[in-house]
Amino acid sequence: MQVSFTLNGKPINADIDPRTLLVEFLRDQQSLTGTHVGCETSQCGACNVLLDGVPVKSCSLLMVQLDGCDVISIEGLASGETLHPMQQAFHENHGLQCGFCTPGMVIAGIGIYQRHGDAVTEETVREELEGNLCRCTGYHNIVQSVLAGAKAMAAAEKGA
Amino acid sequence: MYQFDFAKPKTLDDLKALREGEAEVQYLAGGMTLIATLKQRLAMPELLVDISAIDDLKGLSKTADGLKIGALTKHADVASNADVKNTIPTLAKLAGMIGDPQVRNRGTLGGSVANNDPSADYPAAVLALKGTIHTENRSITADDFFVDLFETALDEGELLTAIEVKTPTRASYQKFANPASRYAIAGVFVADLGGGDVRVAVTGAGPCVYRLKDFEAALAKDFSVDAIKGLEVSADGLNEDVHASPDYRADLVKTLTMRAVKELTD
Repeated sequence: MQVSFTLNGKPINADIDPRTLLVEFLRDQQSLTGTHVGCETSQCGACNVLLDGVPVKSCSLLMVQLDGCDVISIEGLASGETLHPMQQAFHENHGLQCGFCTPGMVIAGIGIYQRHGDAVTEETVREELEGNLCRCTGYHNIVQSVLAGAKAMAAAEKGA
Repeated sequence: MYQFDFAKPKTLDDLKALREGEAEVQYLAGGMTLIATLKQRLAMPELLVDISAIDDLKGLSKTADGLKIGALTKHADVASNADVKNTIPTLAKLAGMIGDPQVRNRGTLGGSVANNDPSADYPAAVLALKGTIHTENRSITADDFFVDLFETALDEGELLTAIEVKTPTRASYQKFANPASRYAIAGVFVADLGGGDVRVAVTGAGPCVYRLKDFEAALAKDFSVDAIKGLEVSADGLNEDVHASPDYRADLVKTLTMRAVKELTD
């Protein structure tokens, strides 16, 4: 089946088996391996991407559902060498240990900022990371990173 | 996944044409249950029909005595919609407790209700708020709609289009969630609809959402924790799994019901 959509700002036209999941397409056909496969049952959030601007789990989306949509994977967040403010916040706050969950956490963090702005509380961040698992259990710094990233995203928007 | 064909109709007429074909049709909305089911090869549709582009299934509006919500409305939209928050805040809160933010950005009201998962949250709200389930050609009351485990009054191929619920004078939803899946091990929706009409709907505990009619009668007479504290919830036929026994669930249901009433009377 023909599917046309935008991936990280680039138009994509692909002939797709209807069974193909978005995460499979990203990793196997586009070599965008920043989006990870953790549980494959929409529990862990390692595969989060932005679909039309909001975070979703790419292990639970068929490519054929995406015709006309806009997808941004972790690779599409930075502008050249400049990290996205949420990525930079994870870097500065050491919001990762092994790094496996990190791309999904960064995307989830962007969603938290979108919903709550930079006034988001630690309690809300902890609650809204319920769809993301860190098996290093490094949640403390992840939460700090999301809080800092929300402030940085707000600052970047004001500056823009 | 087993192989399937895929179609994405833009109108109900296009959908009807697809349904009149020879292939067995399975509807796909948000896919938060169905895609996992396909991956496990627990479903084998010939033709998967993505209904998400059909405008007739969208929209959310106030009615004379409640809300009418299109089948495709996502949990995130119910949770954040101003009309829902103003009219039935408990419904917005419930929607915000389903799954996690990423799941709420995809999952739909219609999908949840049509699937009738015994642990889903929405069926409790729809049953307690005297819901009406609309399909392409009829309306079904919630009391008649939820039949049994994953079973509803929908006929083969019948499409859920919208759901209407009534505005309660007060309502509370209390959920004891499985911390991994966020599904309800037990969830209780208590709705005081005014004029002595009280409904208590239980999800997660039994094979299908159901009402606690003796609790309803007691609360209709006297809406207080004291009025129900002497009543018992029967464990007969309740679910038994790795998470909880029937007795544990029965106890949870009573506790959650009392918490709901306490929240509304404190």
